[in-house]
Amino acid sequence: MKTVYIYRSFERFWHWTQAFLIFFLALTGFEVHGSFSFFGFENAVIFHRYAAYSLIVLIIFAIFWHFTTGEWKQYLPTTKFLKAQMDYYILGIFKNSPHPTKKTVLSKLNPLQRITYLVLKILVIPIMVISGLFYIFYRYSSGGFIAGLDIENLEPVALIHTAGAYALIAFVVVHVYLITTGHSILTNLKAMMTGYEDIEDENELINKINNNKVIK
Amino acid sequence: MRKFIIVLSVTFVIILVAFSIFSDKTYRPTNAVVLKAKYSEKPAKVVDHSKFAVLQKDFQRPQDVTATCISCHNKRHIEVMQSSHWNWERPDYIEGKGIVYLGKKNIINNYCIGTQSNTKSCAKCHIGFDMKENGVSYTDSTNVDCLVCHDQSNSYLKGANLSGTPDPGVDLRKVAQSVGRPTRDNCGVCHFYGGGGNNIKHGDLDNTMFHPGREIDIHMDEAGPNLVCIDCHKTENHQIQGKVYSIATLNTERSNCEDCHTETPHKALILNEHTLKVACQTCHIPIYSKGTPTNLDWDWSTAGRLKDGEPYEEVDSLGNHVYKSIKGSFTFGKNIEPNYVWFNGTAGHYVRGDKIEDTTKAVVLNPLYGSYSDKNSKIIPVKIHTATQIFDPVTRMIILPNLYADNVGEGAFWKDFDWNIASEKGMKAVGLPYSGKYSFIKTEMYWPINHQVAPKEESLTCTNCHQRENSRLAGLNDFYLPGRDYSSIIDLLGFLLIIASFAGVLSHGFLRVYFANKQK
Repeated sequence: MKTVYIYRSFERFWHWTQAFLIFFLALTGFEVHGSFSFFGFENAVIFHRYAAYSLIVLIIFAIFWHFTTGEWKQYLPTTKFLKAQMDYYILGIFKNSPHPTKKTVLSKLNPLQRITYLVLKILVIPIMVISGLFYIFYRYSSGGFIAGLDIENLEPVALIHTAGAYALIAFVVVHVYLITTGHSILTNLKAMMTGYEDIEDENELINKINNNKVIK
Repeated sequence: MRKFIIVLSVTFVIILVAFSIFSDKTYRPTNAVVLKAKYSEKPAKVVDHSKFAVLQKDFQRPQDVTATCISCHNKRHIEVMQSSHWNWERPDYIEGKGIVYLGKKNIINNYCIGTQSNTKSCAKCHIGFDMKENGVSYTDSTNVDCLVCHDQSNSYLKGANLSGTPDPGVDLRKVAQSVGRPTRDNCGVCHFYGGGGNNIKHGDLDNTMFHPGREIDIHMDEAGPNLVCIDCHKTENHQIQGKVYSIATLNTERSNCEDCHTETPHKALILNEHTLKVACQTCHIPIYSKGTPTNLDWDWSTAGRLKDGEPYEEVDSLGNHVYKSIKGSFTFGKNIEPNYVWFNGTAGHYVRGDKIEDTTKAVVLNPLYGSYSDKNSKIIPVKIHTATQIFDPVTRMIILPNLYADNVGEGAFWKDFDWNIASEKGMKAVGLPYSGKYSFIKTEMYWPINHQVAPKEESLTCTNCHQRENSRLAGLNDFYLPGRDYSSIIDLLGFLLIIASFAGVLSHGFLRVYFANKQK
């Protein structure tokens, strides 16, 4: 085992702020949706907008960070070990098999994570941001610039935004569960909080694979 | 430490940007201080008419008073004689019909139906004397009734069924010497009693507005701004601004809240955004008929029942007339939530003689036009008044019956209680055919609720409309309203997705624990 500094301070800040904002957006958003009453409708709408703008600013910072640090390459999808990673979650994990992909500073994400996060970044979040902006500026041309779009009906905008919200919640549920599948249950959580993670070095890994074979 | 400062400054920038995006540049406050100052100075009476020599006499006829008025205020009568208060009609435009002269002269309403052939009675609310069916009185300037609008002695009274001539008991000298700027009393004496009694017609104009408190009308509150009708219904040369939507079909010369207030008067951006689609009245007049009950339904079909050959009336425990032999059955209500409709300022109108194609549903006498997709439309509150009116099933026209006559045997319904004769007489008077057969048909009128604005703490709140159940806008379904509307399919699929996610991770976690224990 060796301790590696894997999540830098901005990355952690970005992650946790985004996590909080998404949670808060879900809470206020579903109140606006009429699912429950908590903050009061007007507050829910106002808070939702504040949180939405904050998230957009955060995303702009994050994009800048990804490109200046080259971290964007972490999200390039690969099919290499994709099957192995799926097999691991479906079978291997129950047999205490080792992770099929090794986490390093240069490759923090396994092939499944790469695809999932890429879809989030280039599909789900942009859809939510764009539909959200349409929702805010739709017809009520307080800023004026979106009046020219003249969307006939808020309904498709609202329904796409709602559907995206459900998808994000489902993602969060699975995501929160999957972080417990690290070396120990709390390994990944600690890493995202402190930045440091204990990563198995190669010798240990080889030993483990051998041991595993013996058990079989 | 360095990291901490970076994180802190980034957070700060994010919050700063978010706030700057939100700073509301649209908020243009109504200058309440300026308005209050303006309206706290009540117009002083600059002229004391009791000192004028020409008014120091006992007038025999009301026409003599008018002639005396004109002797100083020359040409003012011409202004009056150009007004719809005098002519009971004005040029208007109805889609499909073109320019039409609309007014009490020719309109059919949901109450006493029409003035024609009933002028003697209806003219009690005409600003003239001696109104005749043939219109002769319209050309005689001494028939202009200056006093009904300008009396400040509170003793002027129009006589019942006297064609607009004052009650014989009125002291014309006293009234003539008292004249001044019209107050709520002058307007209210007719407009609060439209439809034949207090608050029958409008629902937002009633006799509590002679001396209203804050709870009745925030603007007219006697202890507060104490506004009078003509403060909003601004008048130049006897042309009074603010046409009632139920009669006027064009969107001109309306009185609007925005005449004094700005279009974006709220501190909250989110409320100002609403003013594009929601009229001020919608939120600020949450209920109507606050002071006294208003008539909601008028059923003429039950009229004419007699007891021992005599007409009678029934009054309910609250003092409302629920039945009158001369008029039929009534339904009243108080503190009523308005209905809400889209309205772009233009309306249609049923004009006498129009044939009704579809007799299976209620005839809307004044359909208000507008829709969500119409840029000029806003949601407004209305009182929807329903009625059952007499109708000719052969000619398919609403019948204008002769209701009033001085004597029994002249054929008027209120004296003889015979629909057939009253219909024949009434339709003949307006030159329309009557087949000799009558039935009854449902009619509706839309009365926009514009008066009796509530104190701001009583305004509607978000969830009066933005809620799934009992939304005030439940009837307006041509748009997506957040909080009220949703797709049940998306909600179901979304719910199932989340359930499936939970089920998946829980079972996966359970298996992990199970196999881990097994391997120990």
